[in-house]
Amino acid sequence: MTRFAMVIDTRTCIGCGDCVVACKTENKVPEGLNRDWIVEATNGTYPHLTTEFRSERCNHCSNATCVTLCPTGASHHWKDTNIVLVDPDMCTGCKACIAACPYDARLVMHPDGYIDKCTFCHHRVEEGLDPACVSSCPTRCMHFGSLDDPGSEVSRLLRTRKYKVLVPETGNEPNVYYLI
Amino acid sequence: MQEELLVTVRSNALIDPGLHIWTWEVAMYLFLGGLTAGVMIFAALMTVLRKDDEAPFATTQLAVIAPVVLSLGMTTLFLDLEHKLFVFRFYTSFQVLSPMSWGAWILLVIYPVSILQILSTLRAGYPQVASLADGFVIGRRIMDWCEAHRREIAMTAIPFAAALGIYTGILLSAFSARPFWSSGVLGPLFLVSGLSTAAALVALAARQHSERLLFTRIDLVLILVELALVALFIINLSTGSAQHIEALKSVTGGPFTLIFWVLFVGIGLVIPLLLELLEIRGLDRRIAVIAPVLVLLGGYVLRQVMLDIGQESTWTSYPTQYNAELLNRLHD
Repeated sequence: MTRFAMVIDTRTCIGCGDCVVACKTENKVPEGLNRDWIVEATNGTYPHLTTEFRSERCNHCSNATCVTLCPTGASHHWKDTNIVLVDPDMCTGCKACIAACPYDARLVMHPDGYIDKCTFCHHRVEEGLDPACVSSCPTRCMHFGSLDDPGSEVSRLLRTRKYKVLVPETGNEPNVYYLI
Repeated sequence: MQEELLVTVRSNALIDPGLHIWTWEVAMYLFLGGLTAGVMIFAALMTVLRKDDEAPFATTQLAVIAPVVLSLGMTTLFLDLEHKLFVFRFYTSFQVLSPMSWGAWILLVIYPVSILQILSTLRAGYPQVASLADGFVIGRRIMDWCEAHRREIAMTAIPFAAALGIYTGILLSAFSARPFWSSGVLGPLFLVSGLSTAAALVALAARQHSERLLFTRIDLVLILVELALVALFIINLSTGSAQHIEALKSVTGGPFTLIFWVLFVGIGLVIPLLLELLEIRGLDRRIAVIAPVLVLLGGYVLRQVMLDIGQESTWTSYPTQYNAELLNRLHD
């Protein structure tokens, strides 16, 4: 399986929300729905507070429970990569994948009814481009690439910087990394 | 201080601020699916054990309820689908790791088995309907064949019906993302609950006093087993890791405490248990009849409460400062 990863530097992210807007524009996500979002995490006691911004989305898990539990095969790994997609023509809208996602990263595509989610902009990845959110980031805190290539920027960053993933205890093996 | 909150909009329907994707339609299906399983198992079991005299209703008339109840359940399940036109997609693949896929195919097998089960006792249970079918050569031959193979059909019905009853619980427990469902006890619990509701249905509908009493005794045992499974379920979660312990809080002081303990355990299990004990000792039927009604109610409440709590239990949850009503201002 080819592993694509997103590496986001929480030290340079300012939580501006451009990635969210870029995603909505690129993917024509209907009003009121979101494939990505930003979380502000504050820790400590005043005046010693630290704040971290995290741009969050589907983690395109290597062991994706949303793929495992889908009863029709609509939820699948794209072309033997870890990129998780939903085929609208296969989806019954049973919502099992929504319940199966520990990150609550899926949504019902109203009014059509099929399930929608972040695609890592696979249509751009196919052309060798970065996902829309990554390419629009004004602080260049977001990086995208293959973990199988030791020379890729994402591999290099994960070799040289401290990082974390969200709730790895789920066992889903998420592929969105946060540099800390 | 440790605070994590959403600073951009996330107001995805059915997901924010808390997951609430499945409502009464799915709970009703889980309940009716369990009831169908119980009905088929008891009808088959009484046939296999040759209880025609002790349990005439269960052996000859009960089975007809199964496809009716199951069809109702599948209707409510269909109502829940968001992409209804693509419902046929359940049958264009088989996903071996998805209990929902197993369920879809089990349902497909259950129907013919159930019809054969009904035909094998139609002449004895519903002679007027059977005489209509007897008017046709094909009808007569099919019924002859089913009657000749009555025991084999019953033996076949038991494992398929048990699979139907248990899968509804496994379906929920397979969702590792929902800590409240992370217990292998859910499968057996839903199966036993389905059997209990079916026993209650017989206790309610059978005309022969001795048959009612037999199924009251059976139900008594089933309620005791169900209580034990509920206890195991609580022990299972309370000895789990942080998110399981957190999920359990919703019934130990949290928002679902009353509905779980009073409506499900109290009114749905303990009170009917006591009433059934009294019935065996000769309690007036007019009062005793409350017990099976409560068991049926408890069966539904179990599914609804499990569904509601499970969806709310989560690994990640962020408070949001976003007010969905702000969107409407765009249109003003």
